[in-house]
Amino acid sequence: MGYVAIKGGEDAIDNASRLVEYERLKSESPPLTIEQVKTQFRAGIDRIMGEGSLYAPEHAALALKQVEGCTLEGAFMLRAYRATLKRSYYSTILDTRSMRVERRISSAFREIPGGQILGPTRDYTVRLLNTDLASETFGSVKSFLEDIDSELQLSDEEAPRSFCKVVDMLKEQGILRPVDEDEEEEKRRVVDVTREAIKFPAPRSAALQMLARAETGGIAALAYSSMRGFGSAHPTIGELRVGHVGVSVRDRRGRSRYIGRIRVTECEIVSKLKQKGKSSVPYMSLGYGLCFGHNETKAIGMGILDRSMRVADEHPANSQEFVLYHTEGIESYGFTNHLKLPHYVTFQSGLDNLRNAMKRRDEEDRNAGAKKPKTMLNTQSQELADASPELL
Amino acid sequence: MIEAKKFQQAYNYGFIDESTKKEIRRKMLKAVAIPGYQVPYSSPEMPISRGWGTGGLHATLSLIGPDDTFKIIDQGSDASVNACNLRNFVKRMTGCKTTFDTADATIVQTRHRIPEEVLTDKQIIVFQVPQPEILRGVERFEFKTRQMHAEADYAKMWVSLYESYVKFGAIMRGAGYPVKVNGRYIMTPSPIPRWDVPNLSHSDTLHVFAAGREKRIHCVPPHTLVEPLEFEDVKFMVEKFEGIRCSVTGEGDAFMDEIYEADGGRKHVINDSNFLDKLKLGGRPNQRLFVNPS
Repeated sequence: MGYVAIKGGEDAIDNASRLVEYERLKSESPPLTIEQVKTQFRAGIDRIMGEGSLYAPEHAALALKQVEGCTLEGAFMLRAYRATLKRSYYSTILDTRSMRVERRISSAFREIPGGQILGPTRDYTVRLLNTDLASETFGSVKSFLEDIDSELQLSDEEAPRSFCKVVDMLKEQGILRPVDEDEEEEKRRVVDVTREAIKFPAPRSAALQMLARAETGGIAALAYSSMRGFGSAHPTIGELRVGHVGVSVRDRRGRSRYIGRIRVTECEIVSKLKQKGKSSVPYMSLGYGLCFGHNETKAIGMGILDRSMRVADEHPANSQEFVLYHTEGIESYGFTNHLKLPHYVTFQSGLDNLRNAMKRRDEEDRNAGAKKPKTMLNTQSQELADASPELL
Repeated sequence: MIEAKKFQQAYNYGFIDESTKKEIRRKMLKAVAIPGYQVPYSSPEMPISRGWGTGGLHATLSLIGPDDTFKIIDQGSDASVNACNLRNFVKRMTGCKTTFDTADATIVQTRHRIPEEVLTDKQIIVFQVPQPEILRGVERFEFKTRQMHAEADYAKMWVSLYESYVKFGAIMRGAGYPVKVNGRYIMTPSPIPRWDVPNLSHSDTLHVFAAGREKRIHCVPPHTLVEPLEFEDVKFMVEKFEGIRCSVTGEGDAFMDEIYEADGGRKHVINDSNFLDKLKLGGRPNQRLFVNPS
């Protein structure tokens, strides 16, 4: 009976989890500290905080260490942990205009007020393995940091506190119109997708929340599909910015309280909107993406999908249901892996149907006295298999 | 001080916080009031994967108390690895008693089987549901299927059953056979074999179907009419185990597993592990058996 009806199920589970722990430790290499993971796997941490929808770098580092670097599993652990936390407040709306910007680019204009700031990025590096890292030491790290320090020229001028937004300039000119200016109350309602199961058509707040929690790879795949051929527009990045924003909540007496800051990536995509009427003037519309941490692929993809989902068209990226259900990483990861669970009862039920169908066919053949070639039967079996899709 | 208190009790009783449990129970009550209707619910993340019984756990953990006796089966077996894992989790989070004995349990959680032994009005059975929307096969969009349910527009479903008959000479639905509840909603009984489907109708037990990933709960209350979809001249049939006997007990009239041996031989064993154990001890528990129309 294989792995199912063995009475040692509990022992098997126990041993399996010890064995996977053994895999993590068997090389006896020095244990990673949480601090090391947190500071040196920044991209991985940011990614699972976003997909796990919990801004907690230490917990993310712990998760990443525990699951040996698998981002899907790491994000899942954070989500499960998040679900146990009490929800004390909803934050007030983040003001990304007052973001402490680390990186900010616009591909729509050559120069923008405040300037293009390249910031920390690997975009313009050649992707060659840096073999020096194989022999990195405390000394080499220290001398690198000292070099950086010595090159810094501190000035008394205060750094700009905020940068105006590129999209604001377009809005002022009337080229870019607000997304929801003519939407009714229900669509403008801010829902919490973790407290309320999503229904379609979903308000934009729900769609953006789902995308912010979605799996980066899933977002990239669908956004790419809409650019490559299964969608119309080639979008332009109005502005992409990475930096820290303050988070505030309102206390019981209605006062705004600053509770800390988070690093986010924000992307504003502009593209021309198809007009229905012939005579009306075309205008630009915004696609918005914002996610925890530094994850530009996700923010850009999110912006593209936010935009494409609001266009009625036949492509996958235009369907809210298609995009939102299938980019949800924790759910797709879980369901894909559930195929490993035993399915012998459901399978047996399907087998019964197939056998009966074959029996009926044999009887028919016998009654007709005709001998049909065997290949026909095989094709039929394939069709029968297709007809039993409920083997979940 | 705050930190010390924070870690004294790692999790709330039954893992899920009380307000969410309350929300889930309310949604269950709604589902009981509208048999077969899929009620959306919050479906918080659980520490087990989506698709592995999260919905079942939501239902179980929001219902269970310290006096309950919990039984969980997966594909009919108490000893299946996933059932063991979930049993340990529920026990750890609630301190409830657990059992393999179907008659002893107050809450039975199951994946894809109803126990052979007849359940009573003192018991609740919780089904793990992978896909709550029975119409998904004929209509892929959720907003349309909700509308179809609202209008009781099940034409596409009937046509698909008819097409199956025309093409293959039978309604080729295996597990998860579509049923109509209380003369109104068509619902999935979850992927239980057809063998179990008739047991849903006019049972003494409350049936709770919970789909965590899809965030839906539906119910079949006790003493409710549940009819498998069938035509006047093409009837619903359960799996046939004609002339097949269990290789362990020699008994028939139960859902059988088909087992292939190393030498290529094939034998059958009764699927329901507790039913099998009781037969081995000599008693045959009460069953409701469905007879295929001839």
